[in-house]
Amino acid sequence: MTPDQIVFLIVAFVTLGSGLMVVTTRNLVHAALWLVATLFGVAVTYALLNANFLAIVQVVVYIGAIAILFIFAVMLTRRDMRDQGPQVNKNWWFGALLAVATFGGLFFLLQGWNGMSKTAPTYPVSFDAISELGNALTSPAGYVLPFEVASVLLVTALVGAVYIAFNRK
Amino acid sequence: MSFWNDPLKVAADWLMGIFTGWGMPELLAQVLIGFLGIFILVALLMVLDIALVWVERKVVARFQDRIGPNRLGPFGLIQPFADIVKLIIKEDTTPGGADKVVYNIAPMLSMMSVLILWAVVPLAPTILGVDLNIGVLYIIAAGAIGTLSIIMAGWSSNNKFALIGAFRQVAVMVSFEIPMLATLLIPTILAGSMGTSAIVEGQTIWYFLLSPLGALIFLIAAIAELGRAPFDMAEGESELVSGYNIEYSGMKFGMFYAGELLHAFTFGGFWAIMFFGGYRFFGLEKVSPFLAIAIILFKAFIGYWIIMWVKYTLMRIRIDHMLSFNWKFLTPLAFVLLMVTALMNTLLAGTPTWLYIAGMFLSNILVGWGALEIARSYSRREREKVERPKPVVETAHH
Repeated sequence: MTPDQIVFLIVAFVTLGSGLMVVTTRNLVHAALWLVATLFGVAVTYALLNANFLAIVQVVVYIGAIAILFIFAVMLTRRDMRDQGPQVNKNWWFGALLAVATFGGLFFLLQGWNGMSKTAPTYPVSFDAISELGNALTSPAGYVLPFEVASVLLVTALVGAVYIAFNRK
Repeated sequence: MSFWNDPLKVAADWLMGIFTGWGMPELLAQVLIGFLGIFILVALLMVLDIALVWVERKVVARFQDRIGPNRLGPFGLIQPFADIVKLIIKEDTTPGGADKVVYNIAPMLSMMSVLILWAVVPLAPTILGVDLNIGVLYIIAAGAIGTLSIIMAGWSSNNKFALIGAFRQVAVMVSFEIPMLATLLIPTILAGSMGTSAIVEGQTIWYFLLSPLGALIFLIAAIAELGRAPFDMAEGESELVSGYNIEYSGMKFGMFYAGELLHAFTFGGFWAIMFFGGYRFFGLEKVSPFLAIAIILFKAFIGYWIIMWVKYTLMRIRIDHMLSFNWKFLTPLAFVLLMVTALMNTLLAGTPTWLYIAGMFLSNILVGWGALEIARSYSRREREKVERPKPVVETAHH
């Protein structure tokens, strides 16, 4: 095993373990904090894939904004941080079956894929991933239309939120 | 390549020679040298931090017309060591009903969020942790971890004052992140890169001259991010006793305190890196990397001194005033300035240097003046609305 693989395995186990803790812990704030650990694990995975920009954006957006919002919402809405109810409903066996079937299907499909044994190509020295990404997002030959549509959607959501919250006298 | 020109590389090569001489595989030796580098940097920062305690106390004393620590050693220089001994031998208390694990992780996370910032601080042309091409975003991401540590501390202490303090501080940090990011994009536009070392290398003209307003907004947002006066409602001694760190004793409190001082110093450094040329000073940085380190530390200390100056001069602002100041004034201003800077930078590209500097400088002054005029006329209208005599309503008698 190469060092990269060892690091990846550790990160993957920590991410999955934290993900499991999110749904099993009974303390809601702890669940939110485990979620932060999970999201951080995903960020580390991005960094391992040489996607520095995505890794940092993952931390800024998901930990800096969304997870903090979750924690706020939990703290401000619940008097008791402990969840007392049952943790599974009566459909748990169907969910488990679906999860196992998905895992089996993916496992079966990836058996025949030859990408597993390939090593990732290294970047040329002058390659600047961030400016390539910027060019791709803003050039007409690239993804300028989806980028603009997403921006319009976000602005619309923002205006809608302001409209709903606006206190007309 | 001698030690005096590129000390980091020479030291790394020397260690590499020793480690591989012992029969260690090269990869392991590399990892080990990396860890050693981090360890030395962090150790030096912590020593600097001890000095900062003394600096802060002495400077405060000057601003408030006192003498400050003067009993232990010459000029009270040994005082911070006495403080450390006190903090270490103090009883370590945990409040009843506290969430122990979260309570203990929070101070570490707080200190860590400051220390990881130094990974992208270019100390000299050759002395830099990592040359990340997204250094600017990295600074914001580290701030996100700081926010998390404060909310963890506030919640896990099982104390209402701590929780209120944490809520206030997080509200401040989350909202002031936005003008800070917008102003950090100004050096990015001017340098054409988000990397801190590329930004420093791009500053043949200090960016302060090209964007004085950007530098000012960055400083305000940084002070708010630090939670220092006039934005210190998280600690608000008169209201919340001490805010989010109220339940912490001994060295755990020390971690928050030391983290705050180092954070202020670090943001002084970032102010210098983004707007005052970092380690550059009339070509002196090319003489020796050690001189470059001295220059950036000097500039960082000046930035730190200005942050202290503001802290010990201004009073605390009310939280609603502060949030409306951010959302209704600073954020729109930062975004307008960002757009104007991008536009002027493109329009003035290729013009003589003096015209470029004058154009950028004047556009900044104009934006700042316009924003102040709008704010002034708005406040005048509001004031008139309040001052207008209310008509006396004749009440009908039955």
